[in-house]
Amino acid sequence: MKNTIKRIWHTLRRPSVHYSLGTLVIGGFVAGIIFWGGFNTALEVTNTEAFCTGCHEMRDNVFEELKTTIHYTNRSGVRATCPDCHVPHDWTDKIARKMQASKEVWGKIFGTINTREKFLAKRRELAEHEWARLKANDSLECRNCHNFEYMDYTAQSGRAAQQHSTNLASGEKTCIDCHKGIAHELPDMSGIEGW
Amino acid sequence: MKLSIVPLLVASILLGIVSLVVSADDIATLRNATAIDTQKEPEAIPKVNNDDVRRSRAYPMQPPLIPHKIDNYQVDLNANKCMSCHSRDRIEESQAPMVSVTHYMDRDGNFLAEISPRRYFCNQCHVVQHDAKELVSNQFVDMYQLMNQKQQESGNQPAESSD
Ligand code: HEC
Ligand code: HEC
Ligand code: HEC
Ligand code: HEC
Ligand code: HEC
Repeated sequence: MKNTIKRIWHTLRRPSVHYSLGTLVIGGFVAGIIFWGGFNTALEVTNTEAFCTGCHEMRDNVFEELKTTIHYTNRSGVRATCPDCHVPHDWTDKIARKMQASKEVWGKIFGTINTREKFLAKRRELAEHEWARLKANDSLECRNCHNFEYMDYTAQSGRAAQQHSTNLASGEKTCIDCHKGIAHELPDMSGIEGW
Repeated sequence: MKLSIVPLLVASILLGIVSLVVSADDIATLRNATAIDTQKEPEAIPKVNNDDVRRSRAYPMQPPLIPHKIDNYQVDLNANKCMSCHSRDRIEESQAPMVSVTHYMDRDGNFLAEISPRRYFCNQCHVVQHDAKELVSNQFVDMYQLMNQKQQESGNQPAESSD
């Protein structure tokens, strides 16, 4: 074992005998593009609603619930898909979120969340992760579509304008403070601020 | 035992006459005089009133109408969205009217700390209004109107419309 590692190390350190520097540079460049592209493509595939709802847990629970809400059908026909609300656009944040999500996939593979009952039992914990994330980034994903700067209070309902022009405008509150449960059914809310 | 067929016959004839007199056109239904073998063109679905203007109550015990939309407001074992605005400790932030004290009373008149279980499901009593023409016109007469009528009949000054 130790010897094998040593041999590989030597090969790597020895200057190339068979290939010119140019070939190596260009080859490395091309390989880099392929790997990087492939990685990002794979990332993009996992970033579609079809992927998110590929497993039963998501399709039968959260996706089913999303269908009755304004983010699935509405008068303007603009849809919010799972990654719109759940995956950051920023690359480092995206990777960080993916690693976190892998844990939830893990949960599926090892059967900790394979029934509706188990999902509901876990729901409060999963929801709390999302609330914490959106609270920490000032509801960035919501704001990707809903820009406060362009909100017209006069076009909003009285209750909306009243809250948006005060608590939201002052920065005291962010979208998720007031709009929990906007896309899915809520877990047991006892003890949560504002409920 | 001999069952007389005469009363039965009389009854069915009477029924026939009644159903002729009360012709189907007089009764407003969702189908509204559409023949039984045809499919009615569905009406447009009316919009929920969301103007935030509180409505007057027809009588003091009336559960007030909801002046805002309540689409997807969750009220179940897990959460009560209505109480996230209308409960005693939430009204400062929401600027909503507090549920009245009756909502915190059990049936023996004891005051509870939390919303009474019999008032938990708000939509049993409170409803939104739709921007639609009524199918049957409303002939409700407010009691002030009745009192005024009575007083005018007896030649007194009309009562104030409110106190
Ligand atoms: C409009 C934004 C939005 C969309 C679209 C959306 N979600 Fe959510 N999701 C949320 C929010 C906000 C939460 C936090 C819990 C809550 O408030 O309901 C959440 C929570 C969750 C949870 C944690 C469990 C729970 O229910 O709280 C899962 C799992 C989830 N979403 C998956 C999905 C999937 C899968 C889709 C696509 C079918 C999706 N979400 C689409 C906003 C969204
Ligand atoms: C992909 C873009 C997108 C994202 C992301 C998004 N929304 Fe929306 N949202 C919409 C659209 C489109 C509508 C419907 C507009 C219409 O037709 O009235 C809407 C409507 C709403 C409404 C109005 C509900 C009603 O009943 O009138 C609320 C509240 C809302 N969104 C909150 C949120 C919150 C909170 C988030 C973040 C968790 C979020 N949205 C994320 C696009 C988005
Ligand atoms: C202080 C509480 C509060 C905050 C913070 C808040 N909202 Fe609202 N919002 C409301 C209320 C109350 C309504 C009206 C009731 C409802 O729709 O359930 C509303 C309604 C809306 C509507 C529908 C507009 C209408 O005319 O009814 C949209 C869209 C919306 N909010 C988006 C957002 C977004 C995006 C954010 C973050 C940038 C946000 N809200 C932050 C309280 C809040
Ligand atoms: C986002 C906060 C909010 C939520 C959630 C909410 N309300 Fe309201 N409600 C208000 C406000 C504010 C008013 C005052 C009038 C207005 O602005 O619409 C009101 C008014 C009312 C009134 C009229 C009271 C009166 O004296 O005329 C009733 C009844 C009512 N709401 C019932 C409900 C029910 C039932 C639900 C749940 C299905 C609910 N509300 C959810 C904020 C809310
Ligand atoms: C059993 C029927 C019933 C149920 C259930 C019920 N209410 Fe009421 N509500 C009433 C009646 C009747 C009144 C008017 C008389 C009174 O105040 O008791 C009223 C009054 C109100 C008022 C006006 C209070 C005021 O002082 O102006 C609000 C707001 C209200 N209810 C909200 C709610 C909410 C929110 C719920 C659910 C948590 C709810 N109600 C459940 C019957 C009900």
